[in-house]
Amino acid sequence: MSETKKVEFEYSQIDSERMRLNVGPQHPSTHGVLRLEVELDGEIVTEVVPHIGYLHRCFEKHAEKMTYPQVIPYIDRMDYISAMNNEWPYVMGIEKLMGIEVPEKVEYIRVIFAELNRIANHQIAIATFGLDAGAFTPFLYLFRDREFILTVFEKASGGRLLYNYYWVGGLAADVHKEFKEDVLSIVKQVRETNKEIADLLIYNKIFIERVANVGILPADVAINYGCSGPVVRGSGLPFDLRKDAPYSIYDRFDFDVVIGHGEVGTVGDCFDRNIVRFHEMEQSCRIIEQAIEQMPMDGDVREKLPKKIRPPKGEIYTKAENPKGELGFYIVSNGTDKPERIKSRGTSFVNLSVLPEISKGYLFADLIMILGSVDIVLGEVDR
Amino acid sequence: MQAQEIYEKLKAEFGDAIIEFNAEPFFDPFVRVTTDKLFDICLELRDTPEFDFDYLACLSGMDYKENLGVVYHLYSIKLKHSFVVKVTVSKENPVVPSVERIWRTADWHEREAYDMMGIQFEGHHNLIRILCPYDWEGFPLRKDYVQPDEYHGMKVPY
Repeated sequence: MSETKKVEFEYSQIDSERMRLNVGPQHPSTHGVLRLEVELDGEIVTEVVPHIGYLHRCFEKHAEKMTYPQVIPYIDRMDYISAMNNEWPYVMGIEKLMGIEVPEKVEYIRVIFAELNRIANHQIAIATFGLDAGAFTPFLYLFRDREFILTVFEKASGGRLLYNYYWVGGLAADVHKEFKEDVLSIVKQVRETNKEIADLLIYNKIFIERVANVGILPADVAINYGCSGPVVRGSGLPFDLRKDAPYSIYDRFDFDVVIGHGEVGTVGDCFDRNIVRFHEMEQSCRIIEQAIEQMPMDGDVREKLPKKIRPPKGEIYTKAENPKGELGFYIVSNGTDKPERIKSRGTSFVNLSVLPEISKGYLFADLIMILGSVDIVLGEVDR
Repeated sequence: MQAQEIYEKLKAEFGDAIIEFNAEPFFDPFVRVTTDKLFDICLELRDTPEFDFDYLACLSGMDYKENLGVVYHLYSIKLKHSFVVKVTVSKENPVVPSVERIWRTADWHEREAYDMMGIQFEGHHNLIRILCPYDWEGFPLRKDYVQPDEYHGMKVPY
């Protein structure tokens, strides 16, 4: 009979070095081709290094070889979730340089489509955020509703994802006859679904446990990192370009800037960033309703389209409130029909840069939620 | 505050470091400053309560054919005014002080400007390529850039 040997472990002998782990570039929770190099101490994140550029196509170099209208389809492909919003600051900048006054009807259609696209973007943001947490049903509900919005876009522009619809001085085509009824029925549908989503996902106890007090971003850090949109508003700062630097006709509408209050946790956590998106959909619905009421149905959306787009020598920084935050274009014109330089300030690019700062010290599973709450689109990060 | 006032206040403080002020039509009003005083001017713009430029909206690397440059678009969230600062550097020695310590958002913006234009930001803690692969050669957004024929055995022009 052999004697069993007693094995003893010393705690200090257990290998406890930090581990470096790659998340992505192909991973469902990175929302695209993003690689996160994560350093872990057990399950605690100690460092995050985002590696970006997998979708880089140097849009800015392409733009220098294109005429001004030819650039618009490239801009669609930046933030492909909200392509309507992307085009707006770009055409607005050129209109400002050339001194074009856009017809009333065009302004209203632009506002309505931008707000519809904001709703569609937030639907995806909330849906995929829920999906990251394991909630599959809200995803289906929200994607079903998004289809209705895309159908209206399709009727106007012909495209469901990439539109090339906002042109310098006007729009590519007029809206269809039943436009107003269609949009109002979407608004009704969005509101109904949002009631369900509030019960299913937003105020669900399991979901709140997952997102409250996670990834806290103080307002001053957010500003210093250049964050904008729901990311900075979630930190309790009412920074919204539609109110702060009103462009187009946003000063005619009555709406509130939604900010995070730390309802279930601390101000600036993942829950707050998500709830800002959720309530912003309601504010967009309000804007759409007012715009539909005021919008003139007759008028030509193409009457102000210039024959030659040749802005005078000069430069302009133009910005607009995208669903994800401030999208800016720095357009330098040399007086010809091709831009000298276009620099785009990608919203997601800037917002993503705050990720290493806010994910330190949380669990690895929380990192996925924090990334989801920032809501990035890699097409815009990499441009 | 109007750009003219900001310029006058800066001029009184920094004198010759402010090279020019441009408020022509079709231009956002901007000042051009010398690189050696850029950091101090930016710090002044952020920390003086009447300027309060706490938000660096955009940082763009530029190629002006003869030389390179960097353009800073500043915005104040509280006072809701904006301002533009420019610097110009030679192509032979494109060194600009980093403003990363003033606005943390400049970290990635400066890496992008380095990646695309080859502008060296002095004092940046980690100035490596960001959008292109780490071993890419050349600076794509320069006007005289010639793209390589192949990269790791892959054909580049399509």
